[in-house]
Amino acid sequence: MTMRRAATLGLGLWLLSASAQAAAAAPGSGVPWWLWPLGLFVACFVMGIVAVPAGIGGGTLFVPIVGSFFPFHLDFVRGAGLLVALASALSAGPMLLRNGLGSLRLALPLAVMASASSIGGAMLGLAMPAQMVQMLLGLVVLGIVVLMLVSRKSEFPQVERPDALSQALALHGVFVDGASRRTVSWQVHRSVPGLFVFLGIGVLAGMFGIGAGWANVPALNLLMGAPLKVAAGTSSLVLSLVDSSAAWVYINQGAVLPMIAVPSVVGMMLGARIGARLLNVLKGSVIRRLVIVVLLFAGARALLKGVGVWP
Amino acid sequence: MKNLGGPVAQPPEQMRYATWLDWGTRVGLVVLLASFAAYVLGLAESHVPVSRLPELWVHPVGRFLELTNSPTGWGWLALVHRGDIAGLLGIAILAGSSVACLLALVPLYLARGDRAFAAVCLAEVAVVLLAASGWLSGGH
Repeated sequence: MTMRRAATLGLGLWLLSASAQAAAAAPGSGVPWWLWPLGLFVACFVMGIVAVPAGIGGGTLFVPIVGSFFPFHLDFVRGAGLLVALASALSAGPMLLRNGLGSLRLALPLAVMASASSIGGAMLGLAMPAQMVQMLLGLVVLGIVVLMLVSRKSEFPQVERPDALSQALALHGVFVDGASRRTVSWQVHRSVPGLFVFLGIGVLAGMFGIGAGWANVPALNLLMGAPLKVAAGTSSLVLSLVDSSAAWVYINQGAVLPMIAVPSVVGMMLGARIGARLLNVLKGSVIRRLVIVVLLFAGARALLKGVGVWP
Repeated sequence: MKNLGGPVAQPPEQMRYATWLDWGTRVGLVVLLASFAAYVLGLAESHVPVSRLPELWVHPVGRFLELTNSPTGWGWLALVHRGDIAGLLGIAILAGSSVACLLALVPLYLARGDRAFAAVCLAEVAVVLLAASGWLSGGH
């Protein structure tokens, strides 16, 4: 147990020190250009490791942490954040679809709503003053922290009767639960409120460039009644479509810099692979608490930066 | 819930989408990494010298574009031979791969008479293409 705690603490310190080092060196202070993408790669690698056991998307960590502690303008951070979330969701998609943990049928109608609204969110985010976006980002990140602290989960919610729309669209499926080896049939309800919730989620995803798994999973699981694993898998499919639309707005506006986006994507994907392998070694609850503390700090930093208290 | 435990066959459209997505993502990531390697190794001349980036990426995107005379919309295609701009090719493949996957599903849905889902696929394609078209603008 002591070893595990030391390992988790070490990871946390690494994350914080990488961020602090990056923050310490001001732009134009003689720091060679390559140190920034290298620091970004290291920070994203660590974020990728902790994201899996913490049960949070790497994209959700990326924007508040990189936006707060690296010198890049928030426009480029959000563009890169969308690509981090997009690349992760695209990579996970085929496996989730093949084993039935992600339901394409459930994802598609929700993705249409969220994709359309994410375009509006992205345009709004790029049109608003950076300080306003920083402030709103801080509020959203602090909201995510609250959601992580209080949200319940339901492994297999009871859906007595599907609603008319989900019946008409045949929003149901079957998967094998790896833990119990049981074949689970599922269906959903409250699909109309679900569609409206995803409309709002799309705006947030596009505006802030953060992956929206933190909002997708509770909406699919607690509101619509999808089993937790199907909710997590389907959330990833929805993200891959929503972030595609929002990413195009950022690409067309010139807000995607390969020098920021590529080291972030590669670092996060490599880190996530290590994180998945360390899933049984690291204590998920400790990592989750650590991530909550880091997000709390990053959210407060973004909020204070937005209101001009901590520039 | 049944205690069967064996693999469950997923719908054919889901399997087709998985195959197309798998290949689209692989191609996108390979192009992304190859172009980035060429960029940082200096194999292709950059539109914006890498040494200038630290003084430029602190600005909002509008100011960055002014200072670097960089293109917006699909203007980057004309400069795709430049090392930094070439990186956008892999990014565009990743952001566009869903379109091909969705279009591949339409004949399957139509053959089964599932017009509602064929329409949902086409609606999603329309949304992604609208975003990719560059007709919508924002910016500071």
